[in-house]
Amino acid sequence: MIEIKHIYKTFGDNEVLKDISAKFMPGKNNLIIGGSGSGKTTLLKCIVGLHEPTKGSVIFDGQDFTNMNFEERVPIRTEIGMLFQNSALFDSMTVEQNIMFPLNLFTEKSRAEKLERANFCLERVDLAGKNKLYPSELSGGMKKRVGIARAISMQPKYLFVDEPNSGLDPKTAILIDDLINELTEEYNITTVIVTHDMNSVMGIGDHVIFLNDGKKWWEGSNKEIAHTDNQELNDFVFASKFMQAAKAKL
Amino acid sequence: MFYSLGRYILLLKLSFKRPEKFSVYWNEVMREMVSVGIGSLGIICIISVFIGAVATIQVAFQLDSPLVPLSIAGRISRDSTILEFSPTISALVLAGRVGSAIASQIGTMRVTEQIDALEIMGVNAPGFLIAPKIISGISMIPLLTVISVALGLGGGYLACVITRDITPADYIQGLQDGFNPIIVTVCAVKSIVFGFIITSVCAYNGFYTEGGALEVGQSATRGVVYSCIMILFADLMISSMLL
Repeated sequence: MIEIKHIYKTFGDNEVLKDISAKFMPGKNNLIIGGSGSGKTTLLKCIVGLHEPTKGSVIFDGQDFTNMNFEERVPIRTEIGMLFQNSALFDSMTVEQNIMFPLNLFTEKSRAEKLERANFCLERVDLAGKNKLYPSELSGGMKKRVGIARAISMQPKYLFVDEPNSGLDPKTAILIDDLINELTEEYNITTVIVTHDMNSVMGIGDHVIFLNDGKKWWEGSNKEIAHTDNQELNDFVFASKFMQAAKAKL
Repeated sequence: MFYSLGRYILLLKLSFKRPEKFSVYWNEVMREMVSVGIGSLGIICIISVFIGAVATIQVAFQLDSPLVPLSIAGRISRDSTILEFSPTISALVLAGRVGSAIASQIGTMRVTEQIDALEIMGVNAPGFLIAPKIISGISMIPLLTVISVALGLGGGYLACVITRDITPADYIQGLQDGFNPIIVTVCAVKSIVFGFIITSVCAYNGFYTEGGALEVGQSATRGVVYSCIMILFADLMISSMLL
């Protein structure tokens, strides 16, 4: 299980995160939502160790990740998969090489076994046969799927996803959400997703944390969102006319 | 300045930590060697021939006196090619070609979160990205300098054949006269140091890029400018210490 305790993060004089504590449900989709500049991505980067929290701690299965040095973090990091907002595929490598990269570094598998795993991951994200393409030859949705394939290649316990639907059309966005949801259930992964897409929240939000102005304002399931009396959350969730109409029908 | 120097030294220390898997890093070193060595061969060949030719013509012009033997032009041309033109001018050109490529590649990887992706996987990003470039720089740039010296001297010969300011025989005679092996040592030391400066300074500038495409361009420019200044400073230091 992942637990964060009293996380603060400051950049210069700007306090971006203020005393955030939460537990992420194992084997479920945990969504961190909030408006632009609310601190979602900063919180995600603090959890995975790309930013060091100014105060507070991140606990992975009882181990304090924040107090570990780089070498001590490696065993936990090999259990982490991450999909970045822009996929962050390595430009100089083919799709297959991107997926095999962590396997090359952290496993003793033979080339045939690694290739088999890469092909399995590609099939799992419906990109079988795209092994030899370079990232520049892929569409936005395909890049996301390759990013997911790379993230699951090491059979992670934890999957972190930053804005999975940004820049995608609604149909592809739903496909990506469904894929993440399926993988979470299939491999019992603890998934943490940063998003401001309400379709994702309503579709796959088992556990939702709402951030506003760097603070945790609300926590619950997607089913509880529609009935909350938290004004800031209501303003965020029902900002669009579409969501207002959906609420009226409830 | 001290902040940057400290960060540069810490980055170098991180770059040379024990690799996660030697074979993967070895592949990267080979790839970088091809990129730095083979990729720069064309430009080095072209500039070396021309610099050698121009140096010989200018020396011959300045020594146009009945009191000075013509072969001295070959000797001066040889020494200046080995000591200065080949290592230093090649390094300045390579700072533009190799250095800007390194800074912009690493800078782009930074702003597109590819370096974050490496770190998330548990990869020592400076080690994976920077160490192979430095190793390729300190191994391939001396080799390119050797080629540059050979082609520079060949260019001088061509200039003699074409212009006849001095005869090819006098030029060859000059190349063989009064050879002091220390100039080869100085040339080798310079090229190794310059290789290190180009790759490490440009990699440092790329690694700490923040922002977007504009900042990547600025990092590349800064990397090239700083490495050129450091090359000239190192050139002065090495020459004053070893000669």
